[in-house]
Amino acid sequence: MKVRVLVRPKEGILDPQGEAVRGALPALGFGGVKTVHVGRLIEMELESADDVDAMCRRLLANPTVEEYEWEVVS
Amino acid sequence: MGGGLVRIGVTVFPGSNCDRDALHAVELMGAEPVELWHADADLKGSDAVIVPGGFSYGDYLRPGAIARFARVMGPLEDFARDGGPVLGVCNGFQVLCEAHLLPGALLQNTHMRFACDRVRVRVETKETPWTSGCENGEELTLPIAHNEGNYFADPETLARLEDEGRVVLRYLENPNGSANDIAGVCNEGRNVVGVMPHPERVSDPALGSDEGLKILRSVLAEATV
Amino acid sequence: MNVQETYSALGLSDSEYHRILELLGRAPNFLELSLFSVMWSEHCGYKNSRPLLKRFPNDGPRVLQGPGENAGVVEVGDGWALAFKVESHNHPSAVEPYEGAATGVGGIIRDILAMGARPVALLDSLRFGPLDEERNRYLFREVVRGIGGYGNAVGVPTVGGEVEFSRAYSGNLLVNAMCVGLIRTEDLVRSRATGEGNLVVLLGSKTGRDGIHGATFASDELTEESESKRSNVQVGDPFAEKMLIECCLKLLEEDLLVSLQDLGAAGITSSASEMAAGGGVGIDIEVDRIPRRESGMEPFEAMISESQERMLTVVAPEDAEEVLALAGRYGIGGTVVGRVADHGDLRVIEGGEVVGSVPAEHLADAPTYEREVVRPAYLDEIAKLDLETLPEPDDYNEVLLKMLAHPNLRSRRSIYGQYDHEVGTNTVVRPGADAAVMRIKGTKRGFAMTTDGRGRHCYLDPRGGGAATVAEAYRNLSCVGAEPVALTNCLNFGNPEKREGYYQLAECIEGMSEACEAFGVPVVSGNVSLYNETARGSIYPTPVVGMVGVLEDASRHATPAFKREGDKVVVLGGKMRPTDESPLAGSDYLEIMHGKVAGVPPKTGLTAEKRASDLVRDMIRSGLIDTAHDLSGGGNLVALAEMAMAGGIGFEYDELEVERTNKSGRALEILLGEDGADFLIAFREERWDEVQSALSGFAYDDIGYTGGERFRVEGLVDLSLDELRDAHERDLFGIPGEAVGGSEAVG
Repeated sequence: MKVRVLVRPKEGILDPQGEAVRGALPALGFGGVKTVHVGRLIEMELESADDVDAMCRRLLANPTVEEYEWEVVS
Repeated sequence: MGGGLVRIGVTVFPGSNCDRDALHAVELMGAEPVELWHADADLKGSDAVIVPGGFSYGDYLRPGAIARFARVMGPLEDFARDGGPVLGVCNGFQVLCEAHLLPGALLQNTHMRFACDRVRVRVETKETPWTSGCENGEELTLPIAHNEGNYFADPETLARLEDEGRVVLRYLENPNGSANDIAGVCNEGRNVVGVMPHPERVSDPALGSDEGLKILRSVLAEATV
Repeated sequence: MNVQETYSALGLSDSEYHRILELLGRAPNFLELSLFSVMWSEHCGYKNSRPLLKRFPNDGPRVLQGPGENAGVVEVGDGWALAFKVESHNHPSAVEPYEGAATGVGGIIRDILAMGARPVALLDSLRFGPLDEERNRYLFREVVRGIGGYGNAVGVPTVGGEVEFSRAYSGNLLVNAMCVGLIRTEDLVRSRATGEGNLVVLLGSKTGRDGIHGATFASDELTEESESKRSNVQVGDPFAEKMLIECCLKLLEEDLLVSLQDLGAAGITSSASEMAAGGGVGIDIEVDRIPRRESGMEPFEAMISESQERMLTVVAPEDAEEVLALAGRYGIGGTVVGRVADHGDLRVIEGGEVVGSVPAEHLADAPTYEREVVRPAYLDEIAKLDLETLPEPDDYNEVLLKMLAHPNLRSRRSIYGQYDHEVGTNTVVRPGADAAVMRIKGTKRGFAMTTDGRGRHCYLDPRGGGAATVAEAYRNLSCVGAEPVALTNCLNFGNPEKREGYYQLAECIEGMSEACEAFGVPVVSGNVSLYNETARGSIYPTPVVGMVGVLEDASRHATPAFKREGDKVVVLGGKMRPTDESPLAGSDYLEIMHGKVAGVPPKTGLTAEKRASDLVRDMIRSGLIDTAHDLSGGGNLVALAEMAMAGGIGFEYDELEVERTNKSGRALEILLGEDGADFLIAFREERWDEVQSALSGFAYDDIGYTGGERFRVEGLVDLSLDELRDAHERDLFGIPGEAVGGSEAVG
């Protein structure tokens, strides 16, 4: 099965990449952008989704500064 | 401890770059350098361990995120729990935070560039095995070279670090946005220290300064006790 | 597609195809044609440049390896040697700047590794269009990030380089990467394959479709089509490279390799054919055994892929197991992919069948083209420069500040701050000086490196510019106290099939060679990048010189920074030239303040330059002086300001009137003229007698003293160090016109 994991900075953590993107969009003519957060996408093909939570907590995300969500995509 | 040189282990992960520099500095300070390969099962009788800088595992996923699971980290964590002196430098600091041997995390520099420079820092406490040779409030000029040196911890943790005097080095001019200008911290046991600047890069008069030895040499006294 | 369409699409001309027919005695199949197409591309085959490159002097007392191997090698002393080379990655960087620059760094590192040397230093010579265009800001930012991203991760310090912004490079940026490696002379490795029955082992990353036809891509002019070739650009993995470096050095230490070759342009094909041709043997490659990253790859794709972070080795059969085990320990791939044979061919075998076979020496020997060298008309046009119409400025303060803020003269700190220049703990003189200096642990010795290019000068006077480029590098090394030993070069030029391009190439090479001979500095390696033009035109002819020098005692070096208050400052230089050779011709002053690129810069007096450079070096070595700077862009005025800012000590230039009398010239020429042989030195006053003694027979002027907080030139300039810095230390990555930290950035 395929699993998609999204990792993003926790609310309140300074996200300089997100800020930089938010600042760059108007310069390219795109208005009305209020917030931008930049995170990471991890896609895995595995036999079962039983351990995905543990994988996220131990390796894929740093719980001190990041939160994660995941879903089975096929 | 018997006679002979103090043995200082230096961990080498795939992608570590500053291991050779650390081993050289250990030699210069009159101790015995011990290379600790990431797949080793023990610390080879090291009296103290340096986790050096570099790009372990290419900094892939997050700096230090993969190195913290290396085989040698098991014995290192035991050693730290038993009060052994451990110093994490730059990527080493990142590894120790990922391994939860130190609180907090190192985020990307707020200006979003790699920063290589010499910065002034202040030694905030001499109550660690790695700063006992310094004076409280002593100012040093140390090199930094990092992309993710921005120290972060939640407000409670920061308050604890300050109250307990566990901020070890503080930047006089913050080069990366670190909370409270923190350049280095220690654990509750005060035996594990992580610093972003590189003391091993200023340990040789041939390069113009050996201020870094003030930090590194401290451990010689501690390790022979 | 018919035959003609096929070989044309592959970049081969009719005559080249016919030559292939002659050499093989039959028609080549598609695989064989692909092999020829990459090996005979301009980038790999040096078709238009090889006859001209023969002009370079290649021999010298310290040369252990000249051109013909992966890098040149020179002796340092105490059994140590330096392997070094510079290479271009212009076309890939124009399309994908981060990865183009990163893989350029990766590639040059592997060339040095292939000699058995540990890479210990990187330098980068970069050229972009003007920063007031967003596209150029993007390219500049990403190239610098790419160099840092790769160099920092792989653990090799980037200790020097140069950057220039000019309209001439709009649409054709230049990214030249130089690497220097350290090796014990007895450990030097060569790439020629030997020993029938020896195994060919491929080390490193898996092979994908990266850079397929990248070698031909590098030989084409850039068009909108090139943008769509983005998927062909290689992506670098510095982590894989770091492990590859450590593994190869370990293999060499354990004496497990017969020979070593890196995989660059044209991948396995070029490496294997060069290894075979070099050793007079043949190589069989079992293409099925090549580990693939993508499925469904054709044999020709595996053979010409430019996937990064791979090395080809020749290993005795009894050592193969140990080699593969060591590769495993370092976490890199290691696969037996072929063997050395006695048939002299590069043979590609698939499923046990030979699917392609070409004599290795033919692949490695592309046809060469010599063209007529005809002086183009533009040279007479741009030579015209009426200096009568160049008045003295009203406000020298304004001129100095404007020049210091110009991107071509501004501090490069915002660039080199992104490069780790201290990893390895060998960097003695960090970026910001005239050359980088590193030490060799376990000895007192050191070595120095610099990269220099003078595109505008070469455009105005190709032969003079070529000589001046070599001279500038010689000066830069001498100014830190190093004895120049040898050089590597990257020849960045336009289309050699056009009269202008070929003339520039031939004449620059001639000028460089004359200077090399006069200075006793041979060319030991190099690279050529041609066809750097778009529909809008060609770049300035830009030969980039990477010169290396040695210091017997690394602690006896100099830097430009003023060291103490009250030091005497002397300018060592020639008399003023006759007015038909103005030091303002082709100068930064002319371009920055008057927007003009014109005139013929004064010819380099090679003998005088050498004497002056050697003298400055001797004074540094003997400990007489510790502060020296050569002048280039912006002349003496900018050079002195740089020395003051670097040292944080002011300067009082109070002998200008005397100097003007001595040189019978205007302040403008004295302060802002660019006439090579000038050096600025500073020293303790109590050593003035000794210095004068050393300077006897040389023209010099004693111009003032260091001290205070201000930078003053007798009645003409009066500025504080802060004002100088405000102009000079602006972020090069800021947006022109936007306020940067409170002060205005100048585009």
